[in-house]
Amino acid sequence: MSTRLSTHGRLIDRSQTIKFTFNGKWMRGHPGDTLASALLANDQMLVGRSFKYHRPRGIVASGAEEPNALVNMGKGPTFEPNQRATTTELFDGLTATSQNHWPSLEFDVGEINASLSRFLPAGFYYKTFMYPRAFWKHVYEPFIRQSAGLGQAPKDRDADTYEHFYAFTDILVIGGGVAGLQAAKAAADSGAKVLLVEQSSAWGGRAMVDQVDSETVNDTPVDKFVEEITAELAAMPNVTMRLRMMGAGVYDHGYVLAYERLNDHQPDADGPRHRLWRIRAKQTITATGAIERPLSFAGNDVPGVMLASAVRDYVVNFGVSPGDRTVIATNNDDAYLTAIILKKAGLDVPRIIDARPEGGGALMEEAKALGIRVDLGRAIAKVKGSRRVTKVQICNQAGEGGVLDEVACDAVAMSGGWSPVVHLWSHCGGKLLWDEGHAMFRPDGDNPPRGASGEGFVRCAGIANGAMDLAAVIADAHEAGKAAAKEAGFTPKRSKAPAATSRADAALLPVWLMPQGAKTELRAKSWLDFQNDVKVTDVQLAAREGFESVEHTKRYTTLGMATDQGKLSNINGLAILSDALGQPIPATGTTTFRPPYTPISMGAIAGEARGEVFQPIRRTPMHDWHDANGADWEPVGHWRRPYAFVRPGESVEAAVMREVTNTRESIGLLDASTLGKLIVKGPDAGRFLDMLYTNMMSTLKPGRCRYGLMCTENGFLTDDGVVARIDEDTFLCHTTTGGADRIHAHMEEWLQTEWWDWKVYVANVTEQYAQVAVVGPKARKLLEKLGGMDVSADELPFMGWADGTIGGFACRVYRISFSGELSFEIAVKASDGQAFWDALMEAGSEFGIQPYGTECLHIMRAEKGFIMIGDETDGTVIPQDLGLDWAISKKKEDYLGKRAQERSHMTDPNRWKLVGLETVDGSVLPDGAYAVGPGKNANGQRNMIGRVTSTYHSPTLGRGIAMGLVQHGPDRMGEVLEFPGTDGKTYKAKIVSPIFYDPEGEKQNV
Amino acid sequence: MRRYSAFAVAREALRYHSGWERAWASPEPKKKYDVIIIGAGGHGLATAFYLGKRFGIKNVAILEKGWLGGGNTGRNTTIIRSNYLQDPSAAIYEKSRSLYETMSQDLNYNVMFSPRGVIMLAQTHHEVRGYQRTAHANALQGVKTEYIGPERVKELVPIININGPRYPVLGGLWQDRGGTARHDAVAWGYARACSDMGMDVIQKCEVTGIRRESGRVVGVSTSKGEIDCDKLGIVVAGHSGVLADLAGFRLPIESVALQALVSEPIKPCMDVVVMANTVHGYMSQSDKGEMVIGGGADGYNNYTQRGSFHHIEETVRALIETFPMISRLKMLRQWGGIVDMTGDRSPILSKTPVDGVFINCGWGTGGFKAIPGSGYGMAELIAKGSSPLTDAFSLNRFKEGRFIDESVAAGVAH
Repeated sequence: MSTRLSTHGRLIDRSQTIKFTFNGKWMRGHPGDTLASALLANDQMLVGRSFKYHRPRGIVASGAEEPNALVNMGKGPTFEPNQRATTTELFDGLTATSQNHWPSLEFDVGEINASLSRFLPAGFYYKTFMYPRAFWKHVYEPFIRQSAGLGQAPKDRDADTYEHFYAFTDILVIGGGVAGLQAAKAAADSGAKVLLVEQSSAWGGRAMVDQVDSETVNDTPVDKFVEEITAELAAMPNVTMRLRMMGAGVYDHGYVLAYERLNDHQPDADGPRHRLWRIRAKQTITATGAIERPLSFAGNDVPGVMLASAVRDYVVNFGVSPGDRTVIATNNDDAYLTAIILKKAGLDVPRIIDARPEGGGALMEEAKALGIRVDLGRAIAKVKGSRRVTKVQICNQAGEGGVLDEVACDAVAMSGGWSPVVHLWSHCGGKLLWDEGHAMFRPDGDNPPRGASGEGFVRCAGIANGAMDLAAVIADAHEAGKAAAKEAGFTPKRSKAPAATSRADAALLPVWLMPQGAKTELRAKSWLDFQNDVKVTDVQLAAREGFESVEHTKRYTTLGMATDQGKLSNINGLAILSDALGQPIPATGTTTFRPPYTPISMGAIAGEARGEVFQPIRRTPMHDWHDANGADWEPVGHWRRPYAFVRPGESVEAAVMREVTNTRESIGLLDASTLGKLIVKGPDAGRFLDMLYTNMMSTLKPGRCRYGLMCTENGFLTDDGVVARIDEDTFLCHTTTGGADRIHAHMEEWLQTEWWDWKVYVANVTEQYAQVAVVGPKARKLLEKLGGMDVSADELPFMGWADGTIGGFACRVYRISFSGELSFEIAVKASDGQAFWDALMEAGSEFGIQPYGTECLHIMRAEKGFIMIGDETDGTVIPQDLGLDWAISKKKEDYLGKRAQERSHMTDPNRWKLVGLETVDGSVLPDGAYAVGPGKNANGQRNMIGRVTSTYHSPTLGRGIAMGLVQHGPDRMGEVLEFPGTDGKTYKAKIVSPIFYDPEGEKQNV
Repeated sequence: MRRYSAFAVAREALRYHSGWERAWASPEPKKKYDVIIIGAGGHGLATAFYLGKRFGIKNVAILEKGWLGGGNTGRNTTIIRSNYLQDPSAAIYEKSRSLYETMSQDLNYNVMFSPRGVIMLAQTHHEVRGYQRTAHANALQGVKTEYIGPERVKELVPIININGPRYPVLGGLWQDRGGTARHDAVAWGYARACSDMGMDVIQKCEVTGIRRESGRVVGVSTSKGEIDCDKLGIVVAGHSGVLADLAGFRLPIESVALQALVSEPIKPCMDVVVMANTVHGYMSQSDKGEMVIGGGADGYNNYTQRGSFHHIEETVRALIETFPMISRLKMLRQWGGIVDMTGDRSPILSKTPVDGVFINCGWGTGGFKAIPGSGYGMAELIAKGSSPLTDAFSLNRFKEGRFIDESVAAGVAH
């Protein structure tokens, strides 16, 4: 059984006991435990079920590489699936449940898949489930989805908060083991600003477990060295150190993403749960260590089979023994450390099975001296046991698996060698080399990820760089720190790396399969990817079927695609593939390393931007008044605009009708502040606007307004609005509400890339003004009542503007109309907006003033036949389609879109043109309906000859009116077209002039 | 070709699957082919497949620089739909969607076409009107879609937040026979079928030159030597501009990175595909249980197959707003692909200035769904010089201004 020891446990606080539950059962642990170590201390080796075969699975590792120990954690709004028990710090009251089984962890119906595993090899689903066709969606797929999927889906809105943090540093060091500490020190000694981050909750890394007794740095024990250098770094003002912070991804231009888990270990604490750091570093050092590889032998997935390094982590760090009798299987010297530590802790190590015929070096002698039996040239033929290891069968490594011996045990510690963690190095293009001696990929220092200068911006340090013993690690890290400082523009101190001891290990023997000639029955039980259930035979099958690229094999077998991202399985898998293809491992290569290093929460990625602050809502100065007066809000870009002002007991539709009638008969008030207002200023402003608008703006006189059209370089109408000339050098261009930012950017793009030598500035002043349209036959009376400037037709004619005061408010008044009524658009400074609005409402009450919203605006403009950008236009319409030829200058040599509008399709007489449409029965045409002509096209589609672009009920005319684009439309006045609706009805409408109301313009020009 | 079936799997199981043959052959190139297709992605393989199937042209080689299906075919978010607005788009995407319906049976390879339904959310009045328009157009184009209200959206997607404070869901365009398929399997299925017809799928064979004589193509130079051909199809997505350059003409194409990401797998919680164009994000759940997420494309040109993180952030933010429960899921992996964008965001399937050279590119952010329809039409174009499915997508349209602009209907990558 696995149990808590009375000795060891450097990270736990035995003076305190905390309680947690696993599958509803109360268990005890200590502060400092991980969930995994606490589970082991409670003899809970079985922690989950595998993805495909639902095999019983136990804890394998002690860190981010753990494939099996994934649990559902928390409840309700703090529920989270797929939490990795090995990186989850224990806290009081933690609740965890195991995943992917029904009805229970111990008895899982899905385990039937395991007995059928022979019938479910890699990719079997590509070859089956095809007949009958409908069964995929209704039978097979639901079954597959239900049995896959691991953790439960969260149901509630996340109760926690998250934040983003931006950091700029000269040197970022990722990894707080001895290499990271030494690299940070060497870099910081140059005076450079250093940020040092470590994903776990303690400094020192593996050295604190592996080298603490036997090895020294500067003649001090390793733990003492770590303590000293940590203190030195903490005292340096140019160094920032963060624990529980993982380097997640490296991106172009030295951009690094780091993920800080602030409160995962103290869920009741205040503040954000996670913090996403977005770091710009001149140089990044990854001192990310290495991950031990499992060995591939039959039954290597039985609970109780663990990485040798993890076994000693649990003993040393947490005082937990995974088993009472642990058999060691290895191909290198490192696993002997585990045997020695176990033995010294008073535990039984019945056998060390070393695949190497010659065995190991000094550590082997030490193990032997402790009385541990070592079998050389041997292998595990098979692990026996189902929910827990019961014994191992031993064979010759060179053979086919003939059993020579059996050893009873309850745990197996395996080591297949180490793989440097090269993920961050590789994210942005760092290349790898195959190191034959250690059978591992390590960074190719000559091919780092490069920045804009062509120089590398990432370097690796320590074992992550392939330095395999303590002395080499310290020396490598020291040099990396100095080199990074130099590259970042600092002068490193002339210093030597601290001297450290080194271990005289015997060479590793690459062992990708145990035994070498394992028969199919054994290979079919030898797991590569524990979580996704990929076995040696699966990779061999993929190779046999022609999936020769490592990417093909990965995708066909799902090797390395689980939530551990193949940290344990990838190298073993590609070694098996290389062997099957008869090619060396480097010829096979690796799959691409993708960020993040380990999964990061979506909450952290989104940061603070959620709910109300997901995107900013823009409010006009009168927003609150609207809200208090029945506004039915409509999102328009980032703005909110009142769609209508609805009175109590009134429907939205009725409110709109009332607003139209009231405005046409007496007076209406529109908050037009959202309209874009761009100041275009400079000696070349007129020339510039002549290029942007289809009509001539340079001839406009100060004090006058002109309606203008803007097209893209492809000729399509993109925005419209009224331009007012303020003075010789200054124009104020009104854009649509949604167009302000886009048109501003459009202007800047042309100014910066094409006409960079023209003397023009553009400023977006949209929010500087509150703008109110005072509309209706009684508009002038209202303004005269308020008093101030002369707004008579003589003094301020249609399409003129003037500065002055009204009711004591300094303002600018534009005589422009989008409704067909007498209309004044009045701009006051934004801070006066509400007071001005109040003054208008108060003074207007005797005239029957009412505010109106966007829908009323739309109806009134449609009654007048005015086009609306986004309704009559959709990015495929040119001004000529809309009968706007009058607004296109014939005199100008050029304007944006002119050449495009001369292309053959643009001048095609068959283009659809703007018309008015009146339903035969007075009803409202469906929005977006198409008119059909006879027959079908070559692809069997109904021939379409036109479409509805705007459609409303007009209270003024008492009937449905619409605008539309129709082939040869203006030449077909009076013709009746058919519009099939999606409701099964066909609507009939007559082609009429698009101007339904006051065609002579008498009402606006008074 | 040995047929795949449950019986075949059971039979093989008895001998530990030692008898399976290669899914596709790995031949050396012959000296000459009737047609060479450059690019063994979905579109290239489908083109070859239909050259054989529809026109009996089987002396065909498909050349692939890397590994087949390794470009955008194996990097997309696997969404299949045909609810496009413009006639030519609706025609080719609906043809494609209908071919997906029977693809597993046609290829004897389970591509897991899952017609689970696709919703495009309307979150502004403008979008409501846009999708109502699309629904009208689709009805006349023979594409079955329906505009639905917010209650129906909630019914179809229980995890959605209908009343978000920023962009409440006002409705949606629903295509019940849209869905997803297993992207790799599409490439593998076609490769196996092409190989079975006697075509040569040649991987790790990079084209380094396109040989011409008096304005007509005569062959290609490759990393595996010179290969002659009568006709050449360039079907290489992100690197189309590079290949066109080798053939001596230019394309109105920009290449940018488009990214996607997946969460860790969870038990089934969403049965349909949801696209939210206003906030720039879309999501579906794979059969493995991962939430598959995509968003916008980078704003700058590059060939790196990775992208900038801010797009991931923008997309995830939008989707948490739409699906609050994903906040407590974790991002497992992000990746990028290089998409070839035209000015009107519609593809190019066309003859070129070089006789005998045809090009199929410009699918931008939405190519996966079009694979079978694109191959079906492209094969006809290569075999006969014209096809009703492809004629509107010719290169000439940029000269004539005859754009096929879909931005009205889909303002986001997909």
